[in-house]
Amino acid sequence: MNEWLYVALFLIVGLIIPIGAITAGFIFGPKKPNPIKESTYECGIEPVGEAWVQFKAQYYIFALVFLVFDVEAVLLFPWAVKLGQLGLYVVIEGIIFVSILIVGLVYTWRKGMLEWV
Amino acid sequence: MTGEQIIFLITAGYTLGSGLMVVTTRNLVHAALWLVATLFGVAVTYALLNANFIAVVQIVVYIGAIAILFIFAVMLTRKDLRDNTPQMNKNWWVGALLAVLTFAGFAFLLQGWSGFSKTAAAIPSEFDAVGALGEALVSPNAYVLPFEVASVLLLAALVGAVYLAFNKK
Amino acid sequence: MNFWNDPLKVAADWLEGIFAGWGMDAVLAHVLVAFLGVFLLIIILMVLDIFLVWVERKVVARFQDRLGPNRVGPFGLIQPFADIIKLMIKEDTTPGGADKVVYNLAPILSMASVLILWAVVPLAPVMLGVDLNVGVLFLIAAGAIGTLSIIMAGWSSNNKFATIGGFRQVAVMVSFEIPMLAMLMIPVIFSGSMNMNTIIESQNVWYFLISPLGALIFLIAAIAELGRAPFDLAEGESELVAGFNIEYSGMKFGMFFAGELLHAFTFGGFWAILFFGGYRFFGLEQVSPFLAVLILVIKAMVGYWVIMWVRYTVMRIRIDQMLAFNWKFLTPLAFVLVLVTALADALLASAPTWLYVSGMFLANVLTGWAALEIARSATHKEREQLEGAKQPAEVSH
Repeated sequence: MNEWLYVALFLIVGLIIPIGAITAGFIFGPKKPNPIKESTYECGIEPVGEAWVQFKAQYYIFALVFLVFDVEAVLLFPWAVKLGQLGLYVVIEGIIFVSILIVGLVYTWRKGMLEWV
Repeated sequence: MTGEQIIFLITAGYTLGSGLMVVTTRNLVHAALWLVATLFGVAVTYALLNANFIAVVQIVVYIGAIAILFIFAVMLTRKDLRDNTPQMNKNWWVGALLAVLTFAGFAFLLQGWSGFSKTAAAIPSEFDAVGALGEALVSPNAYVLPFEVASVLLLAALVGAVYLAFNKK
Repeated sequence: MNFWNDPLKVAADWLEGIFAGWGMDAVLAHVLVAFLGVFLLIIILMVLDIFLVWVERKVVARFQDRLGPNRVGPFGLIQPFADIIKLMIKEDTTPGGADKVVYNLAPILSMASVLILWAVVPLAPVMLGVDLNVGVLFLIAAGAIGTLSIIMAGWSSNNKFATIGGFRQVAVMVSFEIPMLAMLMIPVIFSGSMNMNTIIESQNVWYFLISPLGALIFLIAAIAELGRAPFDLAEGESELVAGFNIEYSGMKFGMFFAGELLHAFTFGGFWAILFFGGYRFFGLEQVSPFLAVLILVIKAMVGYWVIMWVRYTVMRIRIDQMLAFNWKFLTPLAFVLVLVTALADALLASAPTWLYVSGMFLANVLTGWAALEIARSATHKEREQLEGAKQPAEVSH
C-alpha cells in the first residue's frame, strides 16, 4: 500500500487535534466582545493607520536568493544519495555544480545585495 | 472504481477548484494562499503516482519558497493596486477561446488513447527510485550535462534578480 | 509473536482480528487500525507536550537561579494542567478587521506541521513510522507548512507588530533553511539513503563523531528554524511585543505555544536521529522495543536541553546580524563542508574504520578552523576600515 496513506493519516489526525483543542476553548471560554476589546493592540494607544505597512524590498531580495539556493540544495540530494557508490568523478561534478553557485553568491555579496540597509 | 481513483478524483477536483479561486478572488493574499492549496494538490497527485521525491520537492520548493516569494511580493504592493483593478481586460475572449481550443485539442488527441482504463504496474518494493534518479543525474552517459547546466541557469536567475533589484534602487 | 518484542504488530493483528470478526473489509480494518495507532501516538505526544511546559519552566528557572513552578503538586508537576485549564477558559478574542478564516487556520496549521513530522520518526527497530524513502526532505517540507502558518498568522491579525514579526520570522526561517538542507545532506552522503531508518541503521559510529561541524551547523539552523533565542528577533518583546502571535489568546495562543515546545523537542529528536544514532545505544535497542523508545526519548531530551541551554544563555541578535551571519558565513561554510565531506568520503572509502573516522573528524575540524580564521581576518579588516574612516571625521569635527 502507498506509504503516503499513513502520512495522510498523520495529517488528518494532526489537524483534528488542534481543531478539537480550539473548539474546546471556544466552548468553555466566555464570549463578551466589545469594540475596545476587539481593537488591535498597539501598546495601549489607539491604532493608527492600517496594518498593511509597506515592506522593505530587502525581504523580497533575500527570498529570491533563498529560492535559488533552495533549488540548488534540492537538486544536490539525489547526487548525495549516489555519492558513496560512484566514486571520485561524481564528487568533482558536485564541486563544479556548487562552485558555479558560489560565484553567484559572491556576486550578490559584492553587489551589496546581502546588506540589510 | 478503486480507492486510488476516488482519491485521485477528489484531489483533481480540489486542485482545479483552488486554482479557480486563485484567479477569481479579489484579495491578493487570499489568491496567494489559494495558490498554496493548488500546489499542495499537485504534490498529492505526485504522491499518488509514487513519485516521492518530486512530491516532496514540490512542497519544499513551491510552497516553501515560491509561495513565500509571492506573498512577499504582494506585501510590497501599494493599497490602490489591491482593490480596484479590473479582473478582466478586454482580451478576455481570446484567452477563453485559446483555453477551449487547447482543451478540445487535448480531448481529440487523447480520445484514442487506451491508457485510461489501465492500472499502473506496481513498483517492486526493492526499487530505489531516488537512487536511480541520482544515478541518472550524475552518470556521464545520462544527464550530467543538464545537471551542470541547471547550475548555470540558477546562476543566471540569481544574477538577473540582483540586477533588477539593483536598478530599482 | 511476543508482545514484548513487537508490541505494535501484535496489537494491530489483534485489533484487525476483532474488526474482521465484525465482518469488516480487510483493507478498511487495516486503515482503521492504522488510524487508531496514529491517534494514540499523537495523543501521547500531546501529553508529553504538556509536560514539556513543565520541563521548560523548570529548566529556565534553574538557568536563572530560581525555583520555577513548585506549588501545584509535587515539584509543581500539576502546574501545566493548571496552565491548560487557564488557556481553555480564557476568552477567545478576535481582533476587529482580522481575516477570520486565515486567522483561525494559522494556529491549526502551525500545530499540524509539527505533529506531521512524527510520521517519519523511527521510534524503535520494529516501530518505523512511515518508511518514506525521502524522509530527510519530508522534514523540510513540513517546515514549509510551518513557515506558511506564521505568515498567515502575522498577516491576518491586522496588527502592525504581528505583520512585522511574522515577516521577520519568515525571513529567519527561509534563510536558515539553506544551511539546514545542506547539513541534511551529510547523513545522506554517509548512509547513501534519505530514509530515516537506514540513516540510523548505518550509524555504527555516530555521525556526530564523523562530522561534528555538521551536527553543530544543523543545531544552529534548527534553533533558527524554531525561532528561539538567539534568533527570536521575531518576538522581540522590547520592540514587537510578541511578534506574529500578539493578537492570539486562549487556546489558539496555546497551539502556537505548545507547537513551539513540541517543535523544539522534535528537533532534538531529529538531531539525535541524524547525528547520534537515534534509538541505537550499544545494542540495547535489540533487547526490547520499549527500551529503544526510551533511548530515543532520552537522546531527544538531551537535544532539547541543549537547545534550551543555548536559548537561556545567548542574547538576541538583530536582523541584519542574523542575515549576515547566515548568508556570509553559515551558507558558504555549509556548502563547503558538504563538498569537503564528499571528497573525504570518496578518498577514504577503502580505509579502515578508525582511519575513516579520524580522517573525517580532522577534515571537519580543519574546515571549521579555516572558516573561523577567514571570518576573523575579514572582520578585522572591516573594523580597521571603519575605524580608519572614523578618525578624520572626528578631526574635522
